[in-house]
Amino acid sequence: MSKAKIKQSTLGRLMPGLTSLTKRGPSGWMVILGIIIVSALVIMTVIAHWIAPHDPIEIGVGPIRAPPSSQFPMGTNHLGQDVLSRILCGGSVMLQVSILSVLVCFVVGVPLGLFSSYVGGLFDRACSLVIDAIYAFPGLVIAIAIFAMLGPGVVNMALSIAVVYIPSYFRVVRSQVLSIKELTYVEAARGIGARWHTILFRYVFPNVIPSIVVIATINFADAVLTAAGLTFIGLGVSVDIPDWGWDLKYGRELLSSGAWWVITFPGLMIILLALGFTLIGEGLSEVLNPKLQR
Amino acid sequence: MGLRSYIITRILLTIPTLLLLLSMVFLVMRVLPGDPVELHFEKKATPEQMEAMRRALGLDKPLWAQYTDYLWGLVDVGYLLEHGYPNLGKSMQTFEEVGGQIFSAFPATLELAIYSMLIASIIGILLGVTSSKSYNSFLDHLIRGFGTVTYAVPIFVLGMIFQLIFGVYLRWLPTGLRLDPAVNPPPTITGLYTIDSLIAANPVKFFEASKALLLPSLTLGLILSGMFIRMTRTNMLETLRLDFVTAAKARGLKESTVTYGYALRNAFLPILTMMGLQFAILLGGAILTETTFSWPGLGRYTVDRITFRDYTAIQGAVVMFGLFVTLVSLIVDILYAYFDPRIRL
Repeated sequence: MSKAKIKQSTLGRLMPGLTSLTKRGPSGWMVILGIIIVSALVIMTVIAHWIAPHDPIEIGVGPIRAPPSSQFPMGTNHLGQDVLSRILCGGSVMLQVSILSVLVCFVVGVPLGLFSSYVGGLFDRACSLVIDAIYAFPGLVIAIAIFAMLGPGVVNMALSIAVVYIPSYFRVVRSQVLSIKELTYVEAARGIGARWHTILFRYVFPNVIPSIVVIATINFADAVLTAAGLTFIGLGVSVDIPDWGWDLKYGRELLSSGAWWVITFPGLMIILLALGFTLIGEGLSEVLNPKLQR
Repeated sequence: MGLRSYIITRILLTIPTLLLLLSMVFLVMRVLPGDPVELHFEKKATPEQMEAMRRALGLDKPLWAQYTDYLWGLVDVGYLLEHGYPNLGKSMQTFEEVGGQIFSAFPATLELAIYSMLIASIIGILLGVTSSKSYNSFLDHLIRGFGTVTYAVPIFVLGMIFQLIFGVYLRWLPTGLRLDPAVNPPPTITGLYTIDSLIAANPVKFFEASKALLLPSLTLGLILSGMFIRMTRTNMLETLRLDFVTAAKARGLKESTVTYGYALRNAFLPILTMMGLQFAILLGGAILTETTFSWPGLGRYTVDRITFRDYTAIQGAVVMFGLFVTLVSLIVDILYAYFDPRIRL
């Protein structure tokens, strides 16, 4: 019985936000717009290989550095590759990395934050000290150092980005649990003899979900930008996989020739993907939790 | 607690934070899977060559000895006085002192950081105040929309678009480097070209240095301004509701005096703290900005060293970034205590 009730309360908190987004004014529309952008890009990436007019990694399908034309709507790059095909296929690494890094952050950061603040004492202080030190450090520098040591690969890139964002989850969860664990209903649960993990995961956790959802969507946007940044400085996954970050890295070398199409289109795609996630995050933070609207 | 004892306590509290930070860097560079020497040679060298490299750099010693060497290098005052920079070990690529290379690259990053921060603060505070004054109007939504977009734009994309427009098409501004190679840098005093050229009373060099600085700092400043807009707006919205603002208005003071002289002054402290926190983000952004504009700073140095797989140099650069951030947060905290005596209680 209690399980069903908790489920209802969790959904109950999320549902008003998700079902009646249109009635929530500008914030609701922000979320809807964000969801549309992100799903469109995900669908595009999934079906890219069927709809791309050319093989995205085949060299010399057209002339070198040709401006957009009817044959190559987004032009060609310095290797004579079709930019349109590369744009269609170029999101896959970024999407995989961001999904994986958000998952890792969630799996590590949330339980750590829940446990640390609930247990308190020395463990909590030690955790907070380490997490604060990571939090204060330039994120991109950490990601660069870790990724450079781990070596290329989607999983390694996701891990090095996750290390940067675990502190955000930890801090948000921790500060929320600190206030929630003092509430009467938690005390009541303790009073009827509920075990600690029951209290933590069935009573406290559901109340933290809205904040985690907001952090996760913002984390998605940051992960996309960080993945693009890592690739741009030359730490990408593989040159053989079409990627907007690589296109920008090589496009930079063509800048002086004035080939705007080589950087503008991949740049816009990254902006669009990050903007989609940012819109969802910003909108949700207002829809789900008015207190977070800072 | 007096200001002096607060400052001393704050400095003492920095030591464990620093130790933790240095240990984490060491942990990442030495304990994570991946041997720096093997990574450097990409498995193309003989075991003897790799062994020679390990011995030359002290990487053949046990981990704890490497750790104490590494920490000792940072506090070795004798070395510092002799060379003018701390001992950060030798580069795997050139076998030169990493400390020296980093300290010659550092002023470029500092100059970029200062001007970007300035641009971000001016844009952020002006737009943030405007946004809070016209709460929930079209202008407010427009400014907030601008802020949201800055979160989503990668720094290097904005930088390259600026380079295309102002450098390649209009040819108004240089697309890279701190000075035109034809111009000699001003005599080094601070290492910041704009300041040094002013000290040397050389307006031509000042103009050249500012021209080169404009696009990189505008790029980084614009990207950061979004967060500053949000912070200013939130704090101003809270302050504008307070009684003393209403009282000032009732006394018939000018609108701008009430906004900037009364409200912003009081909303400024939390904004200052937030700015200190943004500094780490600014440095991360500086790496990408420097790469985009071939700006010869610490970020560019780090990225170059990555290409050469020069792990000792990367470790030194990461340490330097960490020290820089710690120092700035120390300064911000002391400033805060100076402006707001309540913090010292």
